Amino acid sequence: MAADAVFGVFMAKVLVVTSGKGGVGKTTSTAALGAALAQSGQNVVVVDFDVGLRNLDLVMGAERRVVFDLINVVQGDARLSQALIRDKRCETLSILPASQTRDKDALTSEGVARVMEELREKFDWVICDSPAGIERGAQLAMYHADAAVIVTNPEVSSVRDSDRIIGLLDSKTEKAERGEKIEKHLLLTRYDPARAARKEMLSVEDVLEILSIPLVGIVPESEDVLKASNVGAPVTLSSPESLPARAYFEAARRLAGEKIDVSVPTEKRGFLDWLFGKKGAA
Amino acid sequence: MSFLANLFTRRQQSSSAVARDRLQILLAHERSAGEEGESDLLKQLHKEIMEVIARHVAVDQDKVQIKLDRGSGCSMLEIDVEVPQELSNKRAS
Ligand SMILES: Nc1ncnc2c1ncn2[C@@H]1O[C@H](COP(=O)(O)OP(=O)(O)OP(=O)(O)O)[C@@H](O)[C@H]1O
Ligand SMILES: [Mg+2]
Repeated sequence: MAADAVFGVFMAKVLVVTSGKGGVGKTTSTAALGAALAQSGQNVVVVDFDVGLRNLDLVMGAERRVVFDLINVVQGDARLSQALIRDKRCETLSILPASQTRDKDALTSEGVARVMEELREKFDWVICDSPAGIERGAQLAMYHADAAVIVTNPEVSSVRDSDRIIGLLDSKTEKAERGEKIEKHLLLTRYDPARAARKEMLSVEDVLEILSIPLVGIVPESEDVLKASNVGAPVTLSSPESLPARAYFEAARRLAGEKIDVSVPTEKRGFLDWLFGKKGAA
Repeated sequence: MSFLANLFTRRQQSSSAVARDRLQILLAHERSAGEEGESDLLKQLHKEIMEVIARHVAVDQDKVQIKLDRGSGCSMLEIDVEVPQELSNKRAS
């Protein structure tokens, strides 16, 4: 905030998309949220921190265009501008791919810090796709973040891992080390309202109560997500009218500071009323 | 279906067929080059191209853009060098 006042310019926001548990939808969400923010005219870069298992380029349809990657930039083999790939469908969206090399140790803390600083100067939003786990890779991805999107599935092991990640966010980030609070947002994905209604799945309120961080969105389980990754497009670009895309658009608006109610984007009316009605009564 | 036939019927193609084609192209490159191999080649090309340019003009490394498009038959390497205005004028006259 102080820096904001000093320079009198919009400060870039660094967002980490993290989860602890693997396969919950981090990469899908990074691409969808990044594209949603970019579609609203903001300059966005999505950064793949999943070194050795890069997939963000594939989900974004940029896999054939990767020349240099994050590690090349960190090690000084290429300039940032040479590694950034601009999206062909949305010109305010860029991707910084991860490398496919196996040595994660190639990412030095100092190198990452320098690259993040440079990205902050160029973009309004820097969105980091974290690898799964709680090890060094995940910690590097979150270290410079101002805010975190914690991707969670309504399922016991995912919620437990999210809790551990929240602990790391509060202790192992630059903000935490400075004694500041990192902004945290819960993004519930792969949510199946029908199964939740049958009480076969943790409900939204269960998860919120356990993790007690604010909810930024609920993305339903949907085949549109799979189709989007098949064709290499964030779901918010390939089928903007679909339920998951609408959920991501809403979440993006909330991340940008708008105050709007979180809804489960489903045709089944009355479900949410029931859900929150119940919470109010409790 | 051949690759060409795929190209022309892309509109009707199912998303899974698009996924298969994309993967075939990507994996063909990753396997043949062993990934490291290909990125090393590009690094080498980049370095040598920079050296050649530096011999003639002083351009910022940022002004040299290298783009790649991996295809199924061949790949396109596109090199974009932004030469300073005064210099390109001088050479022309
Ligand atoms: N809302 C959804 N509906 C249906 N499928 C989804 C949804 N979100 C994600 N998926 C699918 O779940 C799988 C894992 O998603 P994704 O790769 O985004 O997870 P991840 O957290 O990045 O995984 P990793 O930890 O391996 O990096 C993918 O096949 C993706 O298509
Ligand atoms: Mg991922």
